Amino acid sequence: MFGLELLRGLAVTARNLIGSYFSGDRMVTVQYPEAARPTPENFRNFPFLVYDERPEELRCVACKICDKECPPQCIYIEQRRDEKGRPIKQPEVFDIDLAVCMSCAICVEVCPFDAIKMDHQFDNPTDNRFSGLLADKWKLARSNQYYHSIRPAEAAEVDAHLAAEAAKKAKPAK
Amino acid sequence: MSAEISHSAEPRRRSFMLDLGGANAADGEILDAPLYGPRSYRVLGDDALSKQFLEISMGPHHPSTHGVFRMDVVLDGETVVRLKPVFGYLHRNHEKLAETMSWLAAIPYTDRLDYFCSMTNNWAYVLAVEKLAGIAVPERAEYIRVIVGELTRLVNHICLAGFLLADLGALGTPLLYAFREREKILDIFEEISGARMMCNYMRFGGVRVDLSPETLQKIHRIAERFPFFLDEFEALVSRNEILLSRCQGVGVLPRHLAVNAGVTGPMLRASGVDYDLRKVDRYGIYDRFEFRVPLGEHGDVYDRYMVRILEMRESVAILRQALAQIPEKGEIMNPQAKLRNLRPKPGEIYSRIESPKGELGFYLISDGGPCPYRYRVRPPSFINLTVLEDMCLGQKIADVIVIFGSVDIVLGEVDR
Repeated sequence: MFGLELLRGLAVTARNLIGSYFSGDRMVTVQYPEAARPTPENFRNFPFLVYDERPEELRCVACKICDKECPPQCIYIEQRRDEKGRPIKQPEVFDIDLAVCMSCAICVEVCPFDAIKMDHQFDNPTDNRFSGLLADKWKLARSNQYYHSIRPAEAAEVDAHLAAEAAKKAKPAK
Repeated sequence: MSAEISHSAEPRRRSFMLDLGGANAADGEILDAPLYGPRSYRVLGDDALSKQFLEISMGPHHPSTHGVFRMDVVLDGETVVRLKPVFGYLHRNHEKLAETMSWLAAIPYTDRLDYFCSMTNNWAYVLAVEKLAGIAVPERAEYIRVIVGELTRLVNHICLAGFLLADLGALGTPLLYAFREREKILDIFEEISGARMMCNYMRFGGVRVDLSPETLQKIHRIAERFPFFLDEFEALVSRNEILLSRCQGVGVLPRHLAVNAGVTGPMLRASGVDYDLRKVDRYGIYDRFEFRVPLGEHGDVYDRYMVRILEMRESVAILRQALAQIPEKGEIMNPQAKLRNLRPKPGEIYSRIESPKGELGFYLISDGGPCPYRYRVRPPSFINLTVLEDMCLGQKIADVIVIFGSVDIVLGEVDR
């Protein structure tokens, strides 16, 4: 009979409409600004630079590996130098062009010093499309506590790894 | 194109609008009928109208073209006489770009080829490089690849079904039901890779992040629930009378044409050719799973729709077997595989996988340097699109949208 399957389809929509009041499987949306879905730990948006105590002393040593490996080439690094022109293991300039960054996290993977990590914050709009989307190292610096707060499991692993390396370094000095 | 047609067909009439002037005024003559006073009108009949072709340009910014794609359609009334696909609006220089950067840096760009199936794109590329450089993949990583690959197939096929129905005029309902299920799978991708669509998950010699027991539990739940959702989806539309009359017998792709044009994937199988690379090549560990290959008989839009629905059930079967067989613990990365500074020995490789849209192949040449010497993608969407005109000729203009939707293309992969 023509129309029978049409009615069967309408029965499905009715079941979904009524089910959306009772079943979490059928009602999946949240009202975004008031409520938000939890962010998984692995979520990545834009990179940030980790410091341990003071924002002036980043973990970054300006080795420029991330600069070389970044696929869209959005990282720009200059090494700091002392008065005599000798290099210091700190970046003088560390810029990330957030308009170019594609959140691939390759910089995080290649960094041997665990100095750059991916942030969870995704709502950072700006009305300035040039300097508003160019993050310098002050804008990128985040404390280790912040890193622990967004990625507890990964940060604990990183801390243990760094402590082991520091212990290894301290031994030959004795 | 309009000029060509006017030469090949009858000399073109100037217009079928009401012409000023005497009844015998010939085409192209300057009409010198008096402006004031009684007038006589010439009215052209049906025979004149039937010789008139209309060339319209569908797209590039048309919601049913799935991106930026243009079709120059020549119409006789409502029937398609000629169709010229025009693409390149989304060209991003993917292949040449990859030749200027390291082997590793090309992986996130492969996500952006077919942005619905970033996992299988990653897989195709890393498989090619692994074959070229001779990198082995640990057991558990192979299982993880199969699991995420089949989840990607579910995402792609269910979305295609939703989009196809939206093209048919079923706005909203089936598409949103499909997206509801897709979200559950994308949540898993977000958990393991950090991003919902641009996953960037696989690496040479394994995968980036391990699946936790909780994630595996969630995938178990999807494998359990998905067939029920498919039953509901099929009850909603699969035998709907409007769908049958719009899809059956429309856009038939004959078997010999499909084979000759190099069409692959569900489109080829809908035309009745038993060719599934998971069975033919048995890449990865697909020889360990039992699954069937659904085939169509007529090669019309409805067959292409149903083949995808049936393929999803087989994907769920593969998922269940993979979840049962996956080793509990183990390496997910080959410890010998280098992340940076990969320099494969000079040589070339063509490697292909069955992506949800068809045969996705990568042809790579290495000269021993830090970046590929030649990097070429064999995109299934692009090659499946070449038969669009053959399927559309003689069909009505409204069916062009449906036929185009059933090809299942993503413009990111067509234009690269």
